[in-house]
Amino acid sequence: MPLEFTTTRDNPGIDPVLNAWLVAVPIDLFVVAIAAGLMVLAGLHLLIVRPTKPQPMATCTVGPMLGVILLSVGLTALFLKLSHKLYVWQLYLTFEPTAPISWGSYLMPLSYGALLLNLVAHLPVTLPQLAERIPVLARISGVIFARPSRVIALGAVNLGLGFSLGIYTGVMLSTLHARPLWNSPLLGPIFLISGLAAAAAVLHAVLVAVARNERRTAKGKSWIDRLARWTGGSKPDAAIAPMLRWGIVAFLTLQLVVIGLYFVGMLSAPDVSQRAVTLLLAGPQALLFWVLVVGVGTVAPLAMQLLEIGQKIRATIIPALLVLIGAFALRYVLVFAGQESHWTRGIAGF
Amino acid sequence: MRYAMVIDTRLCVGCMNCVVACKTENNVPDGFCRDWITETVRGEFPDVRLEIRSERCNHCDNPPCVSCCPTGASHVREGGFVMVEKNKCIGCKACLLACPYDARFTHPDGYVSKCTFCIHRIAEGLDPACVSVCPTHCMFFGDVDDPASGVSKLLTTRQHHTLLPEAGCRPHVFFLT
Repeated sequence: MPLEFTTTRDNPGIDPVLNAWLVAVPIDLFVVAIAAGLMVLAGLHLLIVRPTKPQPMATCTVGPMLGVILLSVGLTALFLKLSHKLYVWQLYLTFEPTAPISWGSYLMPLSYGALLLNLVAHLPVTLPQLAERIPVLARISGVIFARPSRVIALGAVNLGLGFSLGIYTGVMLSTLHARPLWNSPLLGPIFLISGLAAAAAVLHAVLVAVARNERRTAKGKSWIDRLARWTGGSKPDAAIAPMLRWGIVAFLTLQLVVIGLYFVGMLSAPDVSQRAVTLLLAGPQALLFWVLVVGVGTVAPLAMQLLEIGQKIRATIIPALLVLIGAFALRYVLVFAGQESHWTRGIAGF
Repeated sequence: MRYAMVIDTRLCVGCMNCVVACKTENNVPDGFCRDWITETVRGEFPDVRLEIRSERCNHCDNPPCVSCCPTGASHVREGGFVMVEKNKCIGCKACLLACPYDARFTHPDGYVSKCTFCIHRIAEGLDPACVSVCPTHCMFFGDVDDPASGVSKLLTTRQHHTLLPEAGCRPHVFFLT
């Protein structure tokens, strides 16, 4: 039966399509996901290796340093997206257990603390000049490495908080009731796995860049050499590079599987979910999703990493860049297509 | 006590008096509205059915906008009024995304705003502004927990529906058909 629907409502940012969250949100979700992934990898590495003194492990030197920077960018983006900024302190006067943003507002500073603690613990090898200049930082590092249980605790805290932060962004979207595209319990795992792949890709890219720099003839003139001289830091240990390569392959494969399961779940769910997921199959964001997220961001780097492992191609930072493009595109597409999805949209005439 | 609004779609002519009254009473900023008129036409001529509705926040019993609010700015007051405390709202807009009726908007001052059922008028024993100005008297407001109230009687004697009942929010704006 034909149905015609007209309304006099024309609220800015709401009609004709909800546009409440702009580009600051996918930027926040993207950088926070990488920071979370870096925390998980650092936590796992600490728990497996259990070092007795600071070691130049890329996961615990470059990882927390990048993590702190990325989380700072994320918090800035998060703050910028608020429209009533002067009241942001209200977040910390209450805890609302049913509101994921409330959980996130506590997770973020806790993660910041865990990243900083890991950074300080490894400061004698990451930034020795700074550690010498501020002895209290070197003392904190000494205290952490004095007992194996403290190193294990540091690893467990980074792993737990990183896992929570990584899954939180997806859970936050999936609990927003009125946007059917987000109403899937798989959104949290998708965001977590994508963040892990992006974090592994970033670390791998750093190791590849350092290794390439060493092969160059004009020693000491590259920006990496200048940075190393300025910080006095040790070269990140490349022993983890093969594991990171396999990690990227595993995470990207898992991401493809979970995205596939997400589509299966949405297409076998009630009508409202089926209509919502058509936004990714044939809507305005479909091209971005299939080309940037699936093609450029997942399948292409997966193939390149497999060729790299089989030594068919040389290790470059290109797969890492593609993974990062895919991770950002995933969040961009889901945030904007999700806002477009609605209980009534897609019904003829609505 | 549970307040609700009942709107007789057979009497509503879509004159938008309710919209103007709300904007005036609540000083709603230019370009925004807390209530609006929706028309749905089903079928093909000559078998056509027209329904005109005055819509607004549904002051749901299970409001997703309240459960997702990270500061408690969105809350439910006694009587079932879903309200926003503007000095607690940080403008994260999660409630805008959680409401299946798109009934909320961001006020130019940054906080989220919406229909309050004119709670300030109810406290004085008056009807909401939209109800009080309706020229066809198609809008009714009252306590649905009181079986003797006008709205309870209408809901027991007339066929009615709510918007998007499948969303599970248990809305409390009812449309008589």
